[in-house]
Amino acid sequence: MKRLLLLIVRMVTLLIAISIVSFLLVTKAPIDPLTAYIGANSTISEEAKEEISEYWGLGQPPLERFLAWAGNTLRGDFGESIVYRQPVLQVIQERFQYSLALMLAAWISSGLFGFLLGIAAAAFQGSILDKAIKTICLVFQSSPTFWVGLLALSVFAVNLGWFPIGLAAPMGKLASEVTLGERIHHLILPSMTLGILGVGKITLYTRQKLLEILNSEFMLYAKARGEGKWQMIRRHGLKNIAIPAVTVQFASFSELFGGIALAESVFSYPGIGSAVTAAGLGGDVPLLLGIAVFSAAFVFIGNLAANILYGVIDPRIRENGSFHKKSNTPQQATGHGLDCSFRSKGRDI
Amino acid sequence: MEGQKNKPVLEVEDLCISFEMYGKGLEKYRLEMVHHLSLTVNPGEIVAVVGASGSGKSLLAHAILGILPGNAKVEGRLAFCGQCLDSAAQQKLRGRDIAFIPQSVEYLDPLMKVGKQVLGTGARREKKQRMARWKQVFARYRLEESVAGLYPCQLSGGMARRVLIAGAVMEPVKLVVADEPTPGLSETLAKETMENFRELAAEGCGVLLITHDIDLAFQVAARIAVLYAGSVMEIAPADDFSGDGSALRHPYSKAFLQALPQNGFCPIAGSQPYAGNLPPGCLFAGRCPKRTDACAGKVEMRTLRGGEVRCIYAE
Repeated sequence: MKRLLLLIVRMVTLLIAISIVSFLLVTKAPIDPLTAYIGANSTISEEAKEEISEYWGLGQPPLERFLAWAGNTLRGDFGESIVYRQPVLQVIQERFQYSLALMLAAWISSGLFGFLLGIAAAAFQGSILDKAIKTICLVFQSSPTFWVGLLALSVFAVNLGWFPIGLAAPMGKLASEVTLGERIHHLILPSMTLGILGVGKITLYTRQKLLEILNSEFMLYAKARGEGKWQMIRRHGLKNIAIPAVTVQFASFSELFGGIALAESVFSYPGIGSAVTAAGLGGDVPLLLGIAVFSAAFVFIGNLAANILYGVIDPRIRENGSFHKKSNTPQQATGHGLDCSFRSKGRDI
Repeated sequence: MEGQKNKPVLEVEDLCISFEMYGKGLEKYRLEMVHHLSLTVNPGEIVAVVGASGSGKSLLAHAILGILPGNAKVEGRLAFCGQCLDSAAQQKLRGRDIAFIPQSVEYLDPLMKVGKQVLGTGARREKKQRMARWKQVFARYRLEESVAGLYPCQLSGGMARRVLIAGAVMEPVKLVVADEPTPGLSETLAKETMENFRELAAEGCGVLLITHDIDLAFQVAARIAVLYAGSVMEIAPADDFSGDGSALRHPYSKAFLQALPQNGFCPIAGSQPYAGNLPPGCLFAGRCPKRTDACAGKVEMRTLRGGEVRCIYAE
């Protein structure tokens, strides 16, 4: 209970800090929302401009504007987007569906491929396969997303024509008529681009961890008991590398968020990423703040999920985190609760 | 006790273990850690290998099981029940006929329940027999069935020890190699562990007990080999290690015994030479009270009064 409370407090303070910082950044940005909205060479009259400015509250001091925004937000009203002229929540909701599909596809495929490639590389350490995987991962990790995206576009969409050039659905089709297959077809290139960003990291990490574990004492013992290499990896390796792999994969949530801004721009994919680009360029403070708060919460939840998963995988973490530390006999300890830290060496005291 | 018709379970002849190391830059060199080690273990016999840390005891155990790291080179002859024990044979025999009992619970997978680890691996069709055997083994070592559901970090020292032995005897093993099974255990637990080894030996199993605890070794072992800087200095019946060690042959074994707390606690000056920086001839010469110039020559193992010794002055 206490831990849960602490987590909630931490999340709330994080969100407050994020919104203050983003607000400051947006107000200090050299983009004038008014000019961005009506265009630089518009013929609109000065009075009309002032009216809009007053309607948006641009003349008020920043602190007041922030407090007004915060007050409304607490009541569930994130305001109206200047660029899209829709309530911010609605914009986020619509766009997030697309982004979520994109991120999940990229996240799952990069996690899965990375894990498998990492295992293969570690199992054949020093072989040509290992070297090839390592090289590819380093190349992937050091290539910028937008460049990979453009490359993928020009090869697979333009030259080969296998995939559409952009958007989330065929152009000129009613939203109700778009099939799932078409959506997936549109999703492949952007999610691949985004996934390539993450796969290198998880592969190299998995490889490193598995190598460490293969050199551990319990692997030596497993070998002494007649287990073969793959049997050892399956029986003892997978679970032991799952924790670091899960950590890295969940920590990459934030990178994914950064990645979608670029990937979606390249593929004109109508997700959160392209919305944030538009909001930033248009000086759309409400939308920008809404998205910042929303994505911070999302990343926070991602990391929280990783924390909870450790406990599921690793009994040592589960036990140190739990709050009953009194039981000492094996009968009581079978379920949960024995604190291991003070006898982790397996010695009698 | 030797039973002439039975071949020794384990024969080690002229075993040398060396490692390929990198010096400055790309310069490679070999570092020999164990030199011309010979020893046999007969069925039903406990042979102890004692020596200070760094004397190469664990390397011997790992070499027998074939679990040395990749840069290690093993020379000499190993045989199991008369068969040559090459790496293919090791792969087939380890875990089935040759069991390894590790030092501590650290050798168990921290994320796997103990029961499953004791059960080990085996063909699926034998699952029923394995489960039955598993129950027997657990009962034999006074492990409650609830222990099976624990993780290694939840075991007490005594339980961990019994779990590790239980894991070793899941199969009808003929040779048990125990690498430092007692450090960190209380005296009672250490004695209990030794009792377990004695039982195994009584069932006809050969036991190679690697330890630095000469006291315990002397209580259960038939013969004791004293290792120093990777060489066997002396192999003697355990009885010779009783009292002040006057029955012993090698000056190092005597010194080793006299350095024990109950025997006067009197250590000798100097320390074990490092591999790669070994003196020619007798390795102990630098610290030996009986040393002469002849000790710098080659010193072979020779038989003396029912034991073996590597010293030209032993009598």
